Amino acid sequence: MRLHAYKSVHYIYGLLIIFGSWQLLAVMTDSPIWLSPWDILMHLYETFHSTIAVHALYSLRRTVLGISLSLAIGVPLGVLTGYFKKMDRLFSPMLYFSYPIPKMALLPVVMLLFGLGEATKVIMIFLIIFFPIVVNIRDEVKNIPGEVYEPMYSLGAKPLQVINEIILPGIVPAILTSLRIGIGTAISILFFTENFGTVYGMGYFIMDAWMRVNYMQMYSGIVVLSILGLICFIMIDCLEVFICRWKSLR
Amino acid sequence: MIHIEDLSVCYQGKDGPITAIENINLNISQGEICAVIGPSGGGKSTLLKVLAGIIKGYRGRVLIDGRKVDPKTHRIGFIPQNDGLIKWRTVEQNIRLSAKIKDGRKHIDRNYYLELIKRLNIQGMKERYPNQLSGGERQRVSLARVFLLKPHLLLMDESFSALDAITREEVRRVFLDVWKAHRVTTVFVTHDINEAIFLGEKVVVLSAAPGKVVNMMHNPLFGKSCSFTTGDYAELNRKLRKMLRGDQNHAASCI
Ligand SMILES: Nc1ncnc2c1ncn2[C@@H]1O[C@H](COP(=O)(O)OP(=O)(O)OP(=O)(O)O)[C@@H](O)[C@H]1O
Ligand SMILES: [Mg+2]
Repeated sequence: MRLHAYKSVHYIYGLLIIFGSWQLLAVMTDSPIWLSPWDILMHLYETFHSTIAVHALYSLRRTVLGISLSLAIGVPLGVLTGYFKKMDRLFSPMLYFSYPIPKMALLPVVMLLFGLGEATKVIMIFLIIFFPIVVNIRDEVKNIPGEVYEPMYSLGAKPLQVINEIILPGIVPAILTSLRIGIGTAISILFFTENFGTVYGMGYFIMDAWMRVNYMQMYSGIVVLSILGLICFIMIDCLEVFICRWKSLR
Repeated sequence: MIHIEDLSVCYQGKDGPITAIENINLNISQGEICAVIGPSGGGKSTLLKVLAGIIKGYRGRVLIDGRKVDPKTHRIGFIPQNDGLIKWRTVEQNIRLSAKIKDGRKHIDRNYYLELIKRLNIQGMKERYPNQLSGGERQRVSLARVFLLKPHLLLMDESFSALDAITREEVRRVFLDVWKAHRVTTVFVTHDINEAIFLGEKVVVLSAAPGKVVNMMHNPLFGKSCSFTTGDYAELNRKLRKMLRGDQNHAASCI
């Protein structure tokens, strides 16, 4: 699913339908659990600066750090394993065995090793999105047809030149896809990890509001988290349209 | 210029080695353009890849200018069977890439680049991606890419096939035009007899797998576009056809 695959009016329709049916539900049931989205937005508008912003910034920082770390290590490793057969033989079995470990279950171990602070939150994101990124990039590199390399080999191109000129530009879409998956996943992980050892972050904010039976705040938190994800998605989509023009020409 | 002695190449197949070419002996002189023609699977691409320095595990001797093939020191322009363009780079980036890899970005001959894209009639497509080109345009782009390199040896693998008859003739003519300006030693692979006669000063006929040289001849009709209708042409065409087919009969009688 990509932004540019549909007209922008369709997105507005989509938004209106979700918004409208929620409002309808709220009006009809008139229960304290189904708050009207309009009230929530107004509440958000009034309290965002004073209460929510700092939590959103904390979550954003953890997401950015976790994803950057995963890309910084995952992309080079994916390229190396995809391009060099020896690297593939060395790393792919390891990837294969560590991929299915439920990383969320490692949270206690990570907390024991890295404490309750920021490091644990970033490392949990890293642990979970690192493996799919490596595998995704590796497979994308392996999919590059051999005849693209052959003229380069006949020129005596060095591996670094091949990686710079052919592989890296070619895997940009795969990197963006990794980013897209990474963001969605990172946000859900934060929701979980931010309930331990911190009083900042959207995960903490939402669960805290829930426990205090402050549904208005709880919904505001959920909306902010969704908007955060949405903005990231839109940014990646725009990037893709600009950088990977060739991709939409299939 | 090129000296091939007892060249054999085996691929590692699932059940044992597959011999792609066997005991090929061939000499090609400086400035010559040599057509390699043969049935499918006869090891034509394999032969080119050995000359391009891509396949290194071969038996026999392959010398270019008296030295063993080495992509680092020789200047080889190679167009693989499906043009080998990079679909995530623009036409201009694709064309410049070979020269950039060999000599560095700064040493690309700007004027020659402009002359080439004009000659090959692809000026208007610099910013496009290979997916936005027709088959003939892609082939002209891949020609521009090797010519910009100013290679000492040019290798082309069925670069003019997969085109309709008219476009194919046009691309061939453009190629011959540009080629005549530099007279780079060229080996090209084809399965089209007409093409071998039109573009090959020397014509080498390979057998079906495993490839051996069936015949090697000098072609008096090289570059004569009006010769398609003459009796000489018909005679040569018939001769080549017989060699290609005769070998198959021979193969059949072996079974
Ligand atoms: N990488 C490979 N591994 C194993 N066998 C191969 C490989 N490449 C080619 N072969 C085999 O070697 C033989 C020669 O292949 P080659 O590509 O050189 O033929 P060709 O003459 O170029 O054929 P075509 O006209 O169809 O392109 C074929 O039988 C093919 O199956
Ligand atoms: Mg071939």
